[in-house]
Amino acid sequence: MQQDLVHAIKSNPKYHELISKRSRLAWILAIIMLVIYYGFVMIIAFNKQFLAQPLWEGATTTIGIPIGVGVILSAFVLTGIYVIRANSEFDRLTNEIKEEVL
Amino acid sequence: MKLWKNVAACILLSLVAGAALAAGDVGEVKKQSLNITAIVMFLIFVAATMGITYWAAQRTKTAKDFYAAGGGITGFQNGMAIAGDYMSAASFLGISGLVFINGYDGLIYSVGWLVGWPIIMFLIAEQLRNLGKYTYADVVSYRFQRVPMRTMAATGSLVVVVLYLIGQMVGAGKLIQVLFGLDYTYAVIIVGILIVLYVTLGGMLATTWVQIIKACLLLGGATIIAFGALYLASDGSFSLERMFQRAVEIKKSNDIMGPGKLVTNPVEAISLGLALMFGTAGLPHVLMRFFTVPNATEARKSVFYATGFIGYFYILTFLIGFGAIVLLTGHPEFADPSAVGGIRGGQNMAAVNLAAAVGGNLLLGFISAVAFATILAVVSGLTLAGASAISHDLYANVWAHGNVNEQKEVQVSKMATLALGVIAILLGIVFEKQNVAYLVGLTFSVAASANFPILIVSVFWSKMTTRGALLGGWLGLLSSTLFVVLGPTVWVDVLKNSAPIFPFKNPALFSMTIAFVGIWLGSITDNSENAKKERASFEAQDVRCQTGIGAEGAASH
Repeated sequence: MQQDLVHAIKSNPKYHELISKRSRLAWILAIIMLVIYYGFVMIIAFNKQFLAQPLWEGATTTIGIPIGVGVILSAFVLTGIYVIRANSEFDRLTNEIKEEVL
Repeated sequence: MKLWKNVAACILLSLVAGAALAAGDVGEVKKQSLNITAIVMFLIFVAATMGITYWAAQRTKTAKDFYAAGGGITGFQNGMAIAGDYMSAASFLGISGLVFINGYDGLIYSVGWLVGWPIIMFLIAEQLRNLGKYTYADVVSYRFQRVPMRTMAATGSLVVVVLYLIGQMVGAGKLIQVLFGLDYTYAVIIVGILIVLYVTLGGMLATTWVQIIKACLLLGGATIIAFGALYLASDGSFSLERMFQRAVEIKKSNDIMGPGKLVTNPVEAISLGLALMFGTAGLPHVLMRFFTVPNATEARKSVFYATGFIGYFYILTFLIGFGAIVLLTGHPEFADPSAVGGIRGGQNMAAVNLAAAVGGNLLLGFISAVAFATILAVVSGLTLAGASAISHDLYANVWAHGNVNEQKEVQVSKMATLALGVIAILLGIVFEKQNVAYLVGLTFSVAASANFPILIVSVFWSKMTTRGALLGGWLGLLSSTLFVVLGPTVWVDVLKNSAPIFPFKNPALFSMTIAFVGIWLGSITDNSENAKKERASFEAQDVRCQTGIGAEGAASH
């Protein structure tokens, strides 16, 4: 990519808006995922009994089942949140930048 | 609109599968029809995929067609294909087998394998699409010295591909042995021959459609087994609680309902978690799929769809494992006291035996054919990724310094495919007796330590230099491989030594740390002219990465 094009893009305020918004969202969601998953792993490592408790009085189903399935669902939901914002707002910003500089 | 077209295609495929079921029915009359049903269905699959391969071969002319299906795959199709690549027979048979033996522990693996996908979405997918062309080595060599970076990235790819291949080939051999009564050796040879045909003739386009068909069949088949088993195991009430109750009664212990012996020590738990989460982002055959879509928008959609399909699939494997506990244990027709887990074919055959318990020989035949198809699809994807590392990275960019014509490069890729097919067969034979689920775990450690660190750092850290990347990348690859070899899984279980030299089964915590520290240390101490140039060119790389301006587009034809 030519240097002048790089400068034109980098001096466009929308480029900075795009970068800051996207990296903020991406890192926040990534950290949420890490916290959820490592929270789960830490419970397994340090407090197995917590997950082995019955879900309700006398149940065979344990708390660990909805928690495990919940982690799977959270992964799906988090990618959904990202794709909705990225494919609307971020793509719109990217296209505006392209129109302005190219 | 497109989505519905795809959904319709899937439904159509299921109908074809239904027709296949009916066709297999003819053989039902005779008592030995079990094999015939499975073989007929499998042959239908092979015939259909060969037809697709022929169709794809007509459309595969350029290198871009061969490696990236011309860049014209949609997000939904790619999401299906990624799911097809990722839902391996090892995870289908391995995880349901793990749940069958250990209960809840199987879910821990599933969860780990799934949470890698959001990470790919947030940090890797669009970056990869915007910077690369055919392989992930394109991205890690973007602003660095081509020859050493490509050599390292290709080596990392090949090690991962070969390790993953072992698991797949072993699964294939076992499955066909149980099902068709065919010798293990013949089984792996058949797999080897078929995948070489798919990949050399149809390239990425054929591989993609094989993945999509297989994903439809596998999700459909697993859904039938899982809910059929839930129905039977819960006495017709579809109550999870009832199924769990019966499973606990049969196992005579509550242990299966909570985390057990799979994760016994916190270091192993963290390390396994890291390997599963970040290993996905270091699998060359998965990364390669992002070059088949036209732009970052479609790349993101693919991850979203893939995450949904894969998550649903893992929930099914959990149901299948518990269903197998209830419906297989204590039934003499499925018993084999000499095998692992006490069932025919060993613990990895829990899902296959359960298919027979739920839907008789017909479903058994169908699921066996699907599992075989799954292996073929995953092995094709792996082989294509390995062949690309050899032809695009090692041959075209390292050996010929980029001065090579496309036709020649594709030719080399086809020869590499053939060689990998032979290697896959040999490895399948050597590793016959290993547990496939653990082998996949090991693959992820290497992918997380060797490929993922250089990929992510090259995209996000402006100060990385070639020297840092090489130091970290090689250290990650060597340390993870060495720790695996010296650890309990290989040193004790395979090589029969009495005690492991490296104490942990899961080395990712250590080998990833070594890789990142190596990259950092090698980069900050690098004051060469080259290093300055590489740091300066981060700006242009970052702009392309963020906006996609200058990125490889879809083929125009």
